[in-house]
Amino acid sequence: MTYILKPKLHHPSLPKNDLGFTRRDYEGRVSTLCAGCGHDSISAAIVQAAWELDIEPHRLAKMSGIGCSSKTPDYFLGQSHGFNSVHGRMPSVLTGANLANRELIYLGVSGDGDSASIGLGQFAHSIRRGVNMSYIVENNGVYGLTKGQFSATSDKGSKSKKGVENTESGIDLVALALQLGATYVGRSFSGDKEQLVPLIKGALSHHGPAFLDVLSPCVAFNNHAGSTKSFDYVREHNEAVNRLDVILGRTPITTDYAPGQLREVTQHDGSVLRLRKLAEDYDPTNKIVAANYLQERHAEGEIVTGLLYVDPEATDLHDRLGTTTRPLNQLETEQLTPGSAALAKINAGLR
Amino acid sequence: MPDTITQANEIRPAPLTAVNDFVVKFANVNGSGSASANGLFAKSIIRMGVPVAARNIFPSNIQGLPTWYEVRVSGAGHLGRRGGVDLAVPLNPQTWDDDVKEIVPGGYLFYDSTKPLPASKFRDDIHIIGVPLTAICNEAYKIPRERQLFKNICYVGALSHLIGIEPAVIEQLLKEEFASKPKLIGANLNAFNLGRDWAAKHLDPIGLQLQRADAVGDRIFVEGNAAAALGALYGGATVCAWYPITPSTSLAEAFTGYCEDLRTDEDGTKRYAIVQGEDEIASIGIVVGAGWNGARAFTCTSGPGISLMNEFIGLSYFAEIPAVIFDVQRGGPSTGMPTRTQQSDLLLAAYASHGDTKHVLLLPADPGECFEMGAMAFDLADRLQTTVFVMLDLDIGMQEWLVPPFKWDDAKQIDRGKVMTAEELEAGKFFGRYTDVDGDGIPFRTYPGTHPTKGAYFTRGTSRNRMAGYSEKGVDYQDNMERLLKKFHTAATLVPGPVVKPATQKTRIGAIYFGSTSAAMDEALETLEAKGHHIDAMRVRAFPFGQDVYDFIHAHEEICVVEQNRDAQLRSLLMIEGGIDPARLTSILHYDGTPITARFLIDAIGKRLDARQATRQITRKP
Repeated sequence: MTYILKPKLHHPSLPKNDLGFTRRDYEGRVSTLCAGCGHDSISAAIVQAAWELDIEPHRLAKMSGIGCSSKTPDYFLGQSHGFNSVHGRMPSVLTGANLANRELIYLGVSGDGDSASIGLGQFAHSIRRGVNMSYIVENNGVYGLTKGQFSATSDKGSKSKKGVENTESGIDLVALALQLGATYVGRSFSGDKEQLVPLIKGALSHHGPAFLDVLSPCVAFNNHAGSTKSFDYVREHNEAVNRLDVILGRTPITTDYAPGQLREVTQHDGSVLRLRKLAEDYDPTNKIVAANYLQERHAEGEIVTGLLYVDPEATDLHDRLGTTTRPLNQLETEQLTPGSAALAKINAGLR
Repeated sequence: MPDTITQANEIRPAPLTAVNDFVVKFANVNGSGSASANGLFAKSIIRMGVPVAARNIFPSNIQGLPTWYEVRVSGAGHLGRRGGVDLAVPLNPQTWDDDVKEIVPGGYLFYDSTKPLPASKFRDDIHIIGVPLTAICNEAYKIPRERQLFKNICYVGALSHLIGIEPAVIEQLLKEEFASKPKLIGANLNAFNLGRDWAAKHLDPIGLQLQRADAVGDRIFVEGNAAAALGALYGGATVCAWYPITPSTSLAEAFTGYCEDLRTDEDGTKRYAIVQGEDEIASIGIVVGAGWNGARAFTCTSGPGISLMNEFIGLSYFAEIPAVIFDVQRGGPSTGMPTRTQQSDLLLAAYASHGDTKHVLLLPADPGECFEMGAMAFDLADRLQTTVFVMLDLDIGMQEWLVPPFKWDDAKQIDRGKVMTAEELEAGKFFGRYTDVDGDGIPFRTYPGTHPTKGAYFTRGTSRNRMAGYSEKGVDYQDNMERLLKKFHTAATLVPGPVVKPATQKTRIGAIYFGSTSAAMDEALETLEAKGHHIDAMRVRAFPFGQDVYDFIHAHEEICVVEQNRDAQLRSLLMIEGGIDPARLTSILHYDGTPITARFLIDAIGKRLDARQATRQITRKP
């Protein structure tokens, strides 16, 4: 970690997006995580994705729980409101924030301890409720801030830094998210920015519960031989099913790919997910096929990455509740308080 | 009626006589359909212009366990429980013995005399009225379910003859209740008349009589949970997240019903969002998230829910996020006692969570105040940027009370507190999220999404400076904690003050009470006064206490602190926050799960004051 403050002045030649912002405008404070931490790469990918999508920083709210990963929202999107809440409870706080104002983009950042152990219930219920959010788990299989205990996503048989073997089954958050009704599910690797940035862009532009499991090796406590969450292990076993581009609006697509290699998925809002196929016959709009494929490959010891499932017709919690399009936090007294005449009627019914 | 009982008549005390002043208690089997008949009985008395206090005592059960319904008829308008039963209607063999025991000497026992009961099942000092309810209904109805359901209305019919309920009132109530199912009006009326006609033919009216009066006025008869829900709606709540738990469930359900009626556009668009959480932790998490983002949000729960919510309640305190929690207090843990009332979450709520925390509590005494405080809580939470508890209990929340009609001032606008707008930020107004710019301890906040480049901040529980920058410095932590304390002192000036009822003579004795104790206490004070015990009384309505609460205590030598819990929790709060000498505060405690009664209070306070006078005589104090 570093104590040097970032300079506020940017080089004038830095490229700008359509809003006139440079990538630096999407950065946050200097990270206090360990040098080489996978989480910092994910933060950088979030910065890149938000910059490329021309997101107005103040239109995004970043939420987290407690842990190394949950510290990261301070390190990106410094012009966005952020909320470092309670361990394992980011999903409920995000749900409430989303109910209050459906117009903002909600980015939830969590870790494997935060989401697979103490927060497994909230992870599950926020997804089944259909909250419109991008839920990123920075998954390193270990408790970092408390120095190296196994987390619930540690694979059975994986070894700790001290050589102790994990005897408990690991939780596969991707498999859970699929079952629970996430409408955008991906897995990636903090060391593969090419793959990760488009996946985050797709999640941020998806309307519904989007979940990304990002393997993010812990350089301090889980990057040794015998660990299934180390840089080397993930690189060796990474099996990408596709490569993604996200195109907003109805921009015409020019393709360099041979026919049959490209799959386009147009989402409800008009955004297009362009997928370059890497695995034959993998259909990311078919949940059952996706689930089966994941199980089969998992049994082979592979870590399947890419956009694993997307429902282009996804709905969210507000659609299901039928709430007004005007954010609830902007309703005025007149729209909220029925007044004394309505109260007189209620009184009459209670006599 | 067994002969032995008749023979023993000569030793019986004279039958009780009273007009518009008696207690009737029904004992039924849960799930037998008695609730609507008993409700009809209570409401018919109100319609005759006579005030009623009704209490449903029910089990943690859907069908089969005992349930009671106590109706206090009080022309004088006493709405607390009195204690004792003048007319018992025990229709549940499981509880017969206890039910018969409760009747005051000279009182009445109304029972189903279809099957003869041995003399040992009765008492010599009460008056027995047998009506063969089962036989009457078996003869009139063929379907078993009808026999059971109409038996309930049948006993109301018999009672109407005995105590003088006007049949026209019953007919009118049935017409209103079954307006959408007119067939049921006639059917219920028939059953009512079956009982009434049988009683008129075989029995004389008893000594307890109703007389039409004009003592109800325009009052309404409503549950506290429904009133609190309506208060939340009028207070502008848009987000409700909750988890089912007795006795708060009906609050969320009432809110849902009111929102469907009053916050839904013609095309079905809703100006509210209600989420049933997976547990209490998620429910309060949703409330905190919504409050952070500028929506008025609440949850409703009971003691166990507060236990689970502790961590978030602390976060709301430290991160300064508005939240409203309705805590409908009850006994427990376990199932069983949770359907009984208590005021036992006071300390839990006041100091909920880890670290140095204190919270604002509003203490409504009846459904009328549940409505007022239910609405007020949202203004207070926004103004103070913290959790505000509205502390109901089962006795207020789940019982119907006769209260003045709800009132609303149409000129009233929602007070969102110190929220900095995009215009203010654009104009360059200073924004420091945790800076006390006004000297009241309350900082400004911004909603997410307000301004493209100004006013964003990172929310944390602690570990920040006045500008919301990350800081682990002790001096920053302490500075913040001192400001939070100042804010709590500000809260004491914003919450509702106490209601003081002075004694008719100058006295050194005071009494402090709150919440559902109030009605019984008001009545007890009248009786004690008549017995020569002069007591200045103060009903506290909120925590933190204002200076007026402490001034009242200091103006008296001894204060009886009346509460419905074992550990004298209000007394503890007074001692902790006001530094009051424990020796001045005498606890009067009632915590068996039944609502406190006037007779209990008269006895307990009276004994204490008698003992005090005796001591003073011995020690020759003036």
